[in-house]
Amino acid sequence: MIDQIDLSMVDWARAQFALTAIYHWLFVPLTLGLSFIVAIMETIYVRTGNPEWKKITKFWMILFGINFAIGIATGIILEFQFGTNWSNYSWFVGDIFGAPLAIEGIMAFFLESTFIAIMFFGWNKVSKGFHLTASWLTAIGANFSALWILVANAWMQHPIGMEFNPDTARNEMVNFWEIIFSPMAVNKFLHTISNGYVIASIFVIGISAWFLLHKRHVLTAKRSILIAAIFGIITSIFLAFTGDGSAYTIAQKQPMKLAAMEGLYEGESGAGLVAFGILNPSKKPGNDEDPFLMKIEVPQLLSILGYRDANAFVPGVDDIINGGYKPWFENIQEEEKEMTYSVAQKIERGKLAISALRDYKTASKAGDTIMAKISRDQLEVNFAYFGYGYLNKPESVVPNVQLTFYSFHLMVILGLYFILLFIVVLYFLSRGTLEKQRWLLWLSLWTIPLVYLASQAGWVVAEVGRQPWVIQDLLPTIAAVSMISSSSVKITFWIFAGIFTALLIAEVMIMVRQIKIGPKDGGQK
Amino acid sequence: MFETLSLLTLQHYWWIIISLLASFLVFLMFVQGGQTLIYTLGKTEPERTIIVNTLGRKWEFTFTTLVTFGGAFFASFPLFYSTSFGGAYWVWMVILFSFVIQAVAYEFRTKPNNFLGQRTFEIFLFINGALGTILIGAVVSTFFTGSEFSVNKLNLTDIVSPVISRWEGPAHGMEVVLNWRNVDLGLAIFFLARVLGILYILNSVDHEAIARRSHKQLWVNAIPFLVFFLAYVIALMLSKGFAVAPAAGKIFMEPFKYWHNLMEMPVVAILFVMGVLLVLFGIFQPLLNFKACCSKGIWYAGPGTVLTVFSLFLLAGFNHTAYYPSTYDLQSSLTIMNSSSSHYTLTAMSYVSLLVPFVLAYIVYAWRSINRKKITEEEMEEGGGHTY
Repeated sequence: MIDQIDLSMVDWARAQFALTAIYHWLFVPLTLGLSFIVAIMETIYVRTGNPEWKKITKFWMILFGINFAIGIATGIILEFQFGTNWSNYSWFVGDIFGAPLAIEGIMAFFLESTFIAIMFFGWNKVSKGFHLTASWLTAIGANFSALWILVANAWMQHPIGMEFNPDTARNEMVNFWEIIFSPMAVNKFLHTISNGYVIASIFVIGISAWFLLHKRHVLTAKRSILIAAIFGIITSIFLAFTGDGSAYTIAQKQPMKLAAMEGLYEGESGAGLVAFGILNPSKKPGNDEDPFLMKIEVPQLLSILGYRDANAFVPGVDDIINGGYKPWFENIQEEEKEMTYSVAQKIERGKLAISALRDYKTASKAGDTIMAKISRDQLEVNFAYFGYGYLNKPESVVPNVQLTFYSFHLMVILGLYFILLFIVVLYFLSRGTLEKQRWLLWLSLWTIPLVYLASQAGWVVAEVGRQPWVIQDLLPTIAAVSMISSSSVKITFWIFAGIFTALLIAEVMIMVRQIKIGPKDGGQK
Repeated sequence: MFETLSLLTLQHYWWIIISLLASFLVFLMFVQGGQTLIYTLGKTEPERTIIVNTLGRKWEFTFTTLVTFGGAFFASFPLFYSTSFGGAYWVWMVILFSFVIQAVAYEFRTKPNNFLGQRTFEIFLFINGALGTILIGAVVSTFFTGSEFSVNKLNLTDIVSPVISRWEGPAHGMEVVLNWRNVDLGLAIFFLARVLGILYILNSVDHEAIARRSHKQLWVNAIPFLVFFLAYVIALMLSKGFAVAPAAGKIFMEPFKYWHNLMEMPVVAILFVMGVLLVLFGIFQPLLNFKACCSKGIWYAGPGTVLTVFSLFLLAGFNHTAYYPSTYDLQSSLTIMNSSSSHYTLTAMSYVSLLVPFVLAYIVYAWRSINRKKITEEEMEEGGGHTY
């Protein structure tokens, strides 16, 4: 019915995915971390038998439940959206991408949904030990589900463990373990879940700080802060380490994303890391404008972070577009390195790959084995650039630098601030004077929105920074969508926006009321 | 172990798993059926709270089964995922919306300061119960009646328009409701879900008034279910079906194809008959021997539903049949052979499927732990518990 892909449909499909992912990520990270914090609290209750800890556990469990439900509501759309809005993607890589989604359901969602029922309804029906086990299994289930979807996401950023099969016109899995244990997947998983733990820690500290400010539930609040601050300090340091690991893998596998994160247009050896900077809005790839209006830089740090070598060459946006530099890959001798292609050359080779696929399919159908063999060889030689064939100009490979740069720096600065906050809170808690530090209590409360902001910024870096690719180098967004009208996607976008916003308002209002009610009577009506 | 199996065997194995997930999903839609009866069975606020909480302790199983069904279908038959979801866009979107609003409804319903009000969340539950069941039923019916789409993998080489699967009808999925057979199956599933909901409530709730009303409603819903179901099965057996020529893989129309499938696969026929009999027994046992306290109808009708839906799915996909047929271009129809994942992926996923019995075991254990005692009004009033 529709003959060509509607470009605005691609934008609306992207907007819809961004909208649902942003909403989903407002709720999920708290679930990841709060489930563990609740399990730790319940463990203390079971070990000490002190009913105060049961009260604390139940209070945070109620907030967990409210948050959990809306996380599920936003999650189902994400899963099916791969089919509804990105149907070509679903076929092109479904052989690889579908598996983690199915495993997520079988291994993680059932674990989570089965034991969450015990957690909520089993207090008077099962033994203490079984209940505690259920709480831990719920936390493990939640984190398991994150594992599989993050493996899938990492694979899109760095596709490995697969081969293109021209007969089926899709990529097919050839090594399951390589996909799961790719450095990109391991880092992404650890970085993302530790981010969830930090969010939950700050959430618990912030709300407990509010109790202390109002001199309510003082014991519960102090105990909650103790657990959350210890959990937070450990996980935030881990978060920083995994962030470093992520930057390293990005430098290797997605150099354009790294260049955008740093606003680096002209590459250099011994590149510095911008600690703070204001980008020049007139700067475009290839023009002579200075990329920055002002910046404060730490010398050589970007080369160290990206390549573990203070003198490593870090390519900028223009270098990647123009090609002709030797990439600084690990374990490759200087003389073995090849000059990189320009994007224009990659586009040319991509188009060769696409036409070779067409020739191969036509020849195979006609039974022309010689032509089929020639075309297949041509396809294999050029397949690494397959996705470039759908692009029409070299600048298409540049993501939104402003958004990526500011998101990245906001995330890093806030991440460092969170570590400092945990240290300060623990210091005053250990001296027994936390209640008197009203400034710190207010600061803790107002850090709650900041930790969400930092987390969302992290996803903006990951997802905006990899544009235009759905699958790095192999499939751009333009070739991944479904053949539906932009008006259909527009309508569903606004419906989602309306429903999710209403549900978010409901969630926040319910949470605030439950917090005001406090843990005294278990937080229920 | 699985590596040595042929691709064809793995494709059959995965169609069995998909069919099992679909059949458990339909059984678990007793939650949806029950959601449409909250005001019919509960005349007072405490009664409605009992009903909502009875269903609310199981809603996540249905939801998770739906999500896993989607994920497993994606992993094993990705061409279905890209063709059906990307094409029949609107019908899937409406189904998904109905599940989005369900997911929060239980948790938010009676929480103070819930912004939209208790009644709104109850309406959400009703919408999910009605639309979810009818539309899922209608979509499943297209496995036998067909849809208007085309699949051409060569499109990938068209830079301007590379989409492989295209829907050729303007309604993008909503046309399912224009075919009486689709609507018929949708309504059959709707009334079946209500029947199962009633049976589950009869089995789990200790409340005299609710039991009395449930008993009455069992008649009201069982009769339309049986009418719609029988009409569907008769039409199915008499209809032409989408057959695959084994050698060439060409798809053609075969008169009485699904009747032939039933006859040529006696095990499926036995499962089907057993399933239908169990459902009937599950319905009529409490109808004819009414005891307000102890109905076990759900434990016959539930497995009966699983067997019936399972065998219907096998009729759709096995014995050289196109399970997702295209009426626009017969040769674009999806079969378990032309739409599946690769041998490697199906093998890897088959190892994962070994976890399923373990998952089922802990679900049964947890389910029994919670359901050991019937739900009463006193339990709802107890402080400290988690009530919806």
